[in-house]
This record gives sequence, structure tokens and C-alpha cells, in this order.
Amino acid sequence: MLTALTFIFMLTAAFAVLGFIAVSAMFLIWWERKVSAHIQSRFGPMRVGWHGVLQSIADAVKLLLKEDIRPARADKLIWWLAPFFAVVPSVMVFVAIPFGRTLVPRDLNIGILYIMAISSVCVIGVFMAGWGSNNKYSLLGGMRAGAQIISYELPLVLSIIAVVMRAGTPSMQKIVASQGSCWNIFHPDMMLVSVIYMISATAEVNRTPFDIPEAESELVAGFHTEYSGMKFAMFFVGEYTNLFIVAAIATTLFLGGWHGPILPPVVWFLIKTYALVFVWMWVRWTFPRVRVDQLMAFAWKVLTPAALVNLAIVGWLLLKR
Amino acid sequence: MNMSQTKDIRTEEFLINMGPQHPSTHGVLFLEVKLDGEIVVDCTTHIGYLHRSMEKIAENRTYTQFIPFTDRIDYVASMNNNLGYVTAVEKLMNLEVPERAKYIRVIVAELNRIASHLIGIGTFAQDLGAFATPLFYCFREREKIIDIFDRICGNRLTYNYMRIGGVQFDLPKGIDETIKQFIAYMRPKLDDYDTLLTYNAIFLARSKGIGVLPKSLAIDYSVSGPNLRASGVRWDIRKEEPYLVYEKMEFDIPVGVNGDAWDRYKVRIEEMRQSLRIVEQALGALPEGDPTVKAGRIQKIAPGEAYMRTENPRGELGFYIVSDGSTYPYRLKIRAPSFSNLALLPELVKGLKVADIICVLGSLDILMGEIDR
Repeated sequence: MLTALTFIFMLTAAFAVLGFIAVSAMFLIWWERKVSAHIQSRFGPMRVGWHGVLQSIADAVKLLLKEDIRPARADKLIWWLAPFFAVVPSVMVFVAIPFGRTLVPRDLNIGILYIMAISSVCVIGVFMAGWGSNNKYSLLGGMRAGAQIISYELPLVLSIIAVVMRAGTPSMQKIVASQGSCWNIFHPDMMLVSVIYMISATAEVNRTPFDIPEAESELVAGFHTEYSGMKFAMFFVGEYTNLFIVAAIATTLFLGGWHGPILPPVVWFLIKTYALVFVWMWVRWTFPRVRVDQLMAFAWKVLTPAALVNLAIVGWLLLKR
Repeated sequence: MNMSQTKDIRTEEFLINMGPQHPSTHGVLFLEVKLDGEIVVDCTTHIGYLHRSMEKIAENRTYTQFIPFTDRIDYVASMNNNLGYVTAVEKLMNLEVPERAKYIRVIVAELNRIASHLIGIGTFAQDLGAFATPLFYCFREREKIIDIFDRICGNRLTYNYMRIGGVQFDLPKGIDETIKQFIAYMRPKLDDYDTLLTYNAIFLARSKGIGVLPKSLAIDYSVSGPNLRASGVRWDIRKEEPYLVYEKMEFDIPVGVNGDAWDRYKVRIEEMRQSLRIVEQALGALPEGDPTVKAGRIQKIAPGEAYMRTENPRGELGFYIVSDGSTYPYRLKIRAPSFSNLALLPELVKGLKVADIICVLGSLDILMGEIDR
């Protein structure tokens, strides 16, 4: 029964999540610029606020005020809808992410399955952007993105299934609860799984060395070449929200979620998540990009078989227990 | 709908215009690429967006007045271009250069070779998607060389330092210490590049076996410089036809084995090590004297012709000058190495992927200013 109280609670939760997403994305954009700058022996943004902390806000204002240019021969509806498809699924995923012991918008009993299903919708947005822009670079980027994200979904899901089998439930809170004594990553049969997850997740969020869909030096900007102003900002926010999400899932599945001594659970959760995000940034600013065929070969010939074999081992260990 | 329509679905080749405004065509190069999916079927290069009629301008300038124009032929290695031009004029005049000037020329030319190769490998890494990090490292090192040049001649990019019969200024006091510090700083940095890039698994996967240039093809296309040496041809004009004081210098010519993109990159890294050796030796043997030119600025050269080639960072840079006895050259022809190196591109990329065009182009290290002149 939907009473007024639960309705108010849900509304508050929704606004809290939206606010968190906006702040988190802005923080990540600023942080990425700082991390990259220090890796490259520069300072990065320094002018707006202390060490440029307000840079993202200034950029957001700039993007809001920019003219929204639509290519003359773009497919209007598809072109217009694509940025929403890039952002909305990322926001929906937050429903099932456990920030703390009780701090979860809604602990769905199919938690991780829901997350995987919803986050897969993002690829449609990317593909729509590539097709709708009526630009050859965008189209190539969109096609690459489609192929890449769908291919890497397989090892990603297979690695997640191994965790679900171990915990015996797809609920995010229960997976966290099952790691009370020992984080999953410290179990020998989970180490390979976590590596596979990390690699596939890098491809899922289109980051170097798997940033093929954008591939600046080849495709200019890939699928979002033709977007400007707020629509471009939406792709950007979607990208950084996705980065936070994959890190949050990795934290939940492998690093014991919000478990940790002394500090409150939500602080532990954020520390672990942002530490993982830092690892992804570090990788991005260090490695070159792989080629599109190498990427596909790696997914189908290495990661997927490895994930399958690992799944069999986990199953066998569970049976023996 | 009948069966024949569904049976043969028509597939089309996909024409894509890369450039003249594209993030990685190294200037205003326009590539017309025909694609079958991701595979390159054909590639045509269109040049001429940066043409400035250098050779015609030369006919209306005195010999000295043309020196600043040579800066702008290859703006990444201005010293080497200065050098190529003034040595050609000196050959035409049969002019002997003071010993100290020769040594100074070798020092600045080799330092500029390092600066040029740094840009070459930095942009190559950028083309392979190593997001700006190696490029920034390369620019950090290049900055030190530019600071040295700034102290020597007052300019940071277009140096206009060499003069017919010598150099513009003598080396400033204490510069040899700065250069020695730079050599000590640079050597470990080159090892850093090896750990960051050269033997990185992704870097190897992207560049090994890509754009293989066989020896015979390289010679047919008159490729020169590091690109030729990467194909295994031991050809370096500094050794074959030594000019200035190169015959007194001890250095090796690094050569590649397979002639692929990785070899071309590796040869450049090795050449930087060799250049550091040459700079060190030249600094040690630097004789006393006055390297500046006392003669007037306007030369009247007896009728005749001369061709002088020097080893530019990108290959063989040749200046062919015809004099009719006036103060202007009657005709001046520039043989720019990048021009031949770029002509090769369509041969190398057929059958490769889109991403490989950028990889091959980056590994050839072309420079549009030199191609269009």
C-alpha cells in the first residue's frame, strides 16, 4: 500500500540520488583532470576556486549557455533522444546500489540482475547517437560501441554470476552481508573473477585502453562528435556516472561493500569506490589504446573462456562444500 | 519482395574524408580513405594546404635573406634546415667555415634532432591513443632544449641562427654546463620511455608488424632517414658523405629489422641516444676562435650550381641552388624528406584497419610544412 509517507520517502530518496549523481559526476570530472595533470607533470585547473575545485561548475554553466547545434541532415528524433538513453539508465541503476547498512534506495531481491539489465540499455543511446548524427565518424563510433559493449557484457555477466553463486543470492545487500568476515577478493576462486570484472568493466565504460568508440585520434570524437552544449554534457555526465557505477558494483561484489572498521559504512563504501575509480584513471592516462579487432579477439578468445572455466571451478568448489 | 532481392544485399564501400581538419593528420593533410567496414581498401593523399611558394620566394631574396624562410620549411627542426641551406650556399661559394662554427653547428643540429624526434615519438604515442601522457613528457624534455636555443640565439622555434660562413652569435658563457646537465638529465629519461611505452604490451600489439616497409620498396620510393633505417638499410649521410665535423664523431647508426611501425619508433629512440653522444663529443672538442661572420650580408656568387644534402631528423634534406652571378639565386630546389615518406602511405595502409592508418602515419613522422614548402 502506497501511503503518503512512503511516497515522500521515495521522493526524498530520488532527489538525494539525483543530487549525489550530479555532485559525484562533477567531482569525478574535476578529479580526473587533476589526476591526469599530475601524471603528466602539469597542474590542471587552478583558477576557479581552490585548486580549481569549482571548474566543473563553471564548465556546466558554459555548456548550459551554449548553442545547441543540430546537424542539418540528422535524424531528428533519434538524435534528440540519444543523450537521454545515455543518462537515464545510469540514474535508474542507483536504485539498487547499497551505500550503507540501511542506506539503499531499494534493496531489490534481484539486485545485480536488475543493474546489469538496465545498464545494458546505455548502448542503445550510444548507437542512436552514432546513427542519428548522420556523420560517418559518429556511425563508425556507434557501430564500434555496439560491438564492444555487447561483447564485453558476456565476460562481465559471467564474472558476476560467479559471485552470485558464491553468495547464493542476487540481492546486493545480501552479497555485501555474505562478505562480513572476508572480502570476496581474498578468496582464491574470486581473484580471477575480479580481474575479469575489472577488465570488462573498463570496456563497458569506454575507457582507455578500450576507448574505441571515442578514439579521438581516429574518429575525432566518435559517437558524440556532433553533440554540443547540454546534450554533450549529458553524455559526459552519463560517462562519469557509469564509471562510478562500475566502481560501486566492484566494491559491492569484491571489496566487501560498506564493511569496514571504525568509520561509518557509507564512508567506507565511498572510499573503496573512489579508490577503484582512481585505478581506472591511472590506467587511462598510462596505456595506449588497443585496436578494435584486438579488442574483440580479447573478449571472445580470452576473457569469455576464462570466465567460463572460472565459473565451472567456482561451481565445483561450491558442490564440494 | 522476390528472392533475388533479399539474396544479394548490396554492400558499399564507405568513403571517409580524413582531414584537412582532423586531430591526428599532423597538420593540414587530407586523406581520402575508402573503407570496407573497418578495412582500408584505398587511401589517397591530398596535399597543398600549406603551400607557401618557398622555392619561388628564394628567387627574389638575397642568399642571406632566405635563411629565415628555411626555418619555416620544417618548423620542428629549424636548425637542421638552416644548416642544410647554408652548407649548400657555402658549397656553391667554396667557402671555408671557421672550425668553431662547425662544432657549434653540429651541437645545435643534434640537439634539434633530439627535439624533433621527441615530437615524433610523442605524437606517435598520442596517435596510438596513449592519452597525451607520453606527449607531455616529450614536450617537457623538448622544453629544456628550447631553453638552450633561447639562450644561444634568442628564439624558441624559428631560430634563424646559422649564417653563410658561420653562425650568428658565439655560444653564450656557461651554456656548455647547461648542455652537459641536459645530457645527464636526458639519458635516464630515454630509459623511462622504454618502460612507459617501448615494451608496453598494448603498444607492441598496436605497432609490431603494422605498416611493414620492405627494403626494396623503401628504396624505390626514395625513403630516407629513420624510416629507411628502420627497414634495415644502413644509410646515414652523416656517415656516407660526412659534412662539417661528423667524420671526427663516434656514433652508431641504429637500424631496424622488420621495417614496421615499432621499428621506426625504436630507431628514433636509439638515434636520440646517439645524438646525445655526438653532442657530448662535440662539446668536449669545441675549439676556440670566432664563429661569427664578418663578411657582408650580400653575396655575389659566381655562376654555377651546387647540390648539398644533409641528414635532417626526417631524412635526406637537399638544397639545389643555381646561381647566375647575381645576388639572388637563379633557381632553388628543395628536396624534402617528408614528401617521399608520405608518398609511401597508400602502399602501406591497404588492407589494414582504420586505426592503423593513424599508426602508420604517425610512425612515418611527416611534417606538412616540409611537404608543401
